[in-house]
Amino acid sequence: MSSARLLRGRAIARLARPLARPSQPSSVLLIQRAAASNLSQRPDSEYVSFPGAVKSAFTTTLNFDKPSDHAAIPTYRVVDQHGAVVDTSFKPDLSTEEVIKVYEDMLFISLMDLVMFDAQRQGRVSFYMVSAGEEAVCVGSASALTMEDVIYCQYREQGVFKHRGFTATDFMSQLFANKNDNGRGRNMPVHYGSKELNIHTISSPLATQLPQASGAAYALKIQRQNDPTIPPRVVAVYFGEGAASEGDFHAALNMAATRSCPVVFICRNNGYAISTPTLEQYRGDGIASRGIGYGIETIRVDGNDIWAVREATKRARELALEDGGKPVLIEALTYRVSHHSTSDDSFAYRARVEVEDWKRRDNPIIRLRKWMEAQGIWSEEKEKEARERLRREVLHAFKEAEREKKPPVRTMFEDVYEELTPDLKRQMAELKSILERYPDEYDVNEFEGGKKSLDS
Amino acid sequence: MKSKCIHHLARTARRPALLTRTSSVPITTTSSLRLYSTHPPNAKLNLPVDYSTTPLLSHTSQTALATPDLPAHVRNSTTQKMNLFQAINDALSTALASDESVLVFGEDVAFGGVFRCSMNLAESYGAERVFNTPLTEQGIMGFAIGAAAEGMRPVAEIQFADYVFPAFDQIVNEAAKMRYREGKTGRSAGGLTVRMPCGGVGHGALYHSQSPESLFTHIPGLRVIMPRSPLQAKGLLLAAIRSNDPCIFMEPKILYRAAAEQVPTEDYELPLSKAEILKPGEHVTMISYGQPLYNCMAAIERAEKDFGVSVELIDLRTIYPWDKECVLNSVRKTGRCIVVHESMVNAGVGAEVAAAIQEDEKTFVRLEAPVTRIAGWSIPTPLMFEKFNFPDVARIYDGVRRVMEY
Repeated sequence: MSSARLLRGRAIARLARPLARPSQPSSVLLIQRAAASNLSQRPDSEYVSFPGAVKSAFTTTLNFDKPSDHAAIPTYRVVDQHGAVVDTSFKPDLSTEEVIKVYEDMLFISLMDLVMFDAQRQGRVSFYMVSAGEEAVCVGSASALTMEDVIYCQYREQGVFKHRGFTATDFMSQLFANKNDNGRGRNMPVHYGSKELNIHTISSPLATQLPQASGAAYALKIQRQNDPTIPPRVVAVYFGEGAASEGDFHAALNMAATRSCPVVFICRNNGYAISTPTLEQYRGDGIASRGIGYGIETIRVDGNDIWAVREATKRARELALEDGGKPVLIEALTYRVSHHSTSDDSFAYRARVEVEDWKRRDNPIIRLRKWMEAQGIWSEEKEKEARERLRREVLHAFKEAEREKKPPVRTMFEDVYEELTPDLKRQMAELKSILERYPDEYDVNEFEGGKKSLDS
Repeated sequence: MKSKCIHHLARTARRPALLTRTSSVPITTTSSLRLYSTHPPNAKLNLPVDYSTTPLLSHTSQTALATPDLPAHVRNSTTQKMNLFQAINDALSTALASDESVLVFGEDVAFGGVFRCSMNLAESYGAERVFNTPLTEQGIMGFAIGAAAEGMRPVAEIQFADYVFPAFDQIVNEAAKMRYREGKTGRSAGGLTVRMPCGGVGHGALYHSQSPESLFTHIPGLRVIMPRSPLQAKGLLLAAIRSNDPCIFMEPKILYRAAAEQVPTEDYELPLSKAEILKPGEHVTMISYGQPLYNCMAAIERAEKDFGVSVELIDLRTIYPWDKECVLNSVRKTGRCIVVHESMVNAGVGAEVAAAIQEDEKTFVRLEAPVTRIAGWSIPTPLMFEKFNFPDVARIYDGVRRVMEY
């Protein structure tokens, strides 16, 4: 009984919290608090006191709120296409070495993309997804997080892995699914994961990582409550604008808001979900406009401006840790310069000239390069040297990884459960018996330990 | 709409005795008036289960403490009479008290739950650990998986098993596969337990009656558990919460208030993936789990008298990965097998058990009769016809006759 009353009281308190609407006069907030202290409808009140929306004023004008009545949410930028600073309050907070590291991380990913896209075309890996045009969203946001922050990715976030310390060998081990692959050769290429770097392994189903990120953020919050020596941490979760149409997006934002979870949602709005343009994906003002509806502080940034992404993520991280934790939404506008994946020819649904335009006109790597050159910390020679060095690094790791043995065949039965079940042991023995009785039908030599790995 | 149904069901689940006694309530004004859950006047088999006398429940402290698989330290402890929802509540409370990483959440969990399973937990353990979620099954499940992946032990509630389907993607593609895809990183959703009331309740119709266990037994990576009694529910739920594999814990809602027995007050676990032989026998092996075990027991009592046979009754307890050895050993001994479950016969648990029996060389040669499945028909659960749908005592009794006469 008392609990029900207690909880209802809490719910009322939550409803009474004012929405962040700068245009609202403070007197309105006062009235809201007064109204919220008593949920019954007072006679002659100017405000609704239904529990569903206690802050709403009565009106006698029959007027539907139209999306077109609202200006599109503006896009924050720090540096323009020419590398010139447009936010006069901006002060770079990275040392020259750090800026160069960020730049080289983007460059590395774009070079690896070229190598691996071709490698897939030659049939040397089964699949690949490039992230051309979106390097700044990933590297810029990752650079504003701490290593203790937990990250969930969709699949086009190679830059996040690179910036946090994934090596060329780590990338190649996963792409070739060899014995050094964290995923033990089970996942499709580009489904990276790392415990040390605090990045959860990528899974193909879209948007499933979003409510998981909310739950993970809640876990971090509770763990810090239980043990204050744990540093404050947030969860950052990446997704595309297409994935935001999934029910899991709705579930994630609503749960994160109602449970006050310290999670930063980072949407890469690159204009396309495979062949589907955003006009067929949604009719609202992008993804950002939805954040407000869930009661979530939201910003839209220029995703090709690494400084804008970094500044926004830095601030979002601070916000996410305020008031005991809360979600924040960042929508980064960018353009998917590449095909969706190696299984896609995007010129079947968009003009080559459109893509070429984007490549030439606005590219996140070139934009940072121009800024660095303006600062006098980068040059044509340095560019040439970096490109050659990074390409060599990629190709070296490529060759090494391709030569490595594949994981033991036994690995296919492990990690389904914590322990091998009697059934799985039987099935493993059955597979071994088949391999022994039909040796010409299977090639097990490229797998570490050959068929011996199937011994019980 | 949903909430209306819930309160109705919660109310009737609260008073199962009323359902079975309605025929004696003197409100009958015309001879044609029929009430729910009455049984035909001459019925000898399809009588209501008398939970107060069934040998499947421990009516005394001694029988409770003599339960097989109870840890030694519990055998000397005290017991308390609990019904199924109280035993679940006791297990949740024990789990919350013993491990600060345990969280309990779902729709309407904070005030005690629509079936009272989480009563007083929010008050005792705080609103941060026991809380309501928005009405989103996929959200509840994703949230729970994320919390589990970060080392918590979430116990998520799906209000009815019928509403688990929006969460299927999260359960099947995420929870079940996480350890596998994470590989060397060692992360998993192993801390996850999903509780859901399931099964017929007399009038739950299409969306308050389902038992989707076989949809989960098809998914490698999950442990699927269904208790039959309060004592079992506490031990198995604690084992599920502490298991490092994601567990689907299905609670037969008709037993929430109906089944009451002595339950050890200590903290104890019962082993997962281990069946229990409830009654040894020589001629027929009967395999079931959850509520139908009570019908099985009633049918066996009559069949043994009428046919002079001896039936071995096995409770699977964990439906997947299941205790094949226990079942195969029994069938090798008896040569006959009947599988009983409430959910639809097509591709149900019975299909898996029957196939495993005929597939095993040592068991196949011992079979004296075809393996028989007695289960729900291959239809949704219709409101007015529930009593013709689920396996009842008559159908199970007839099954024993058929396998003996073959």
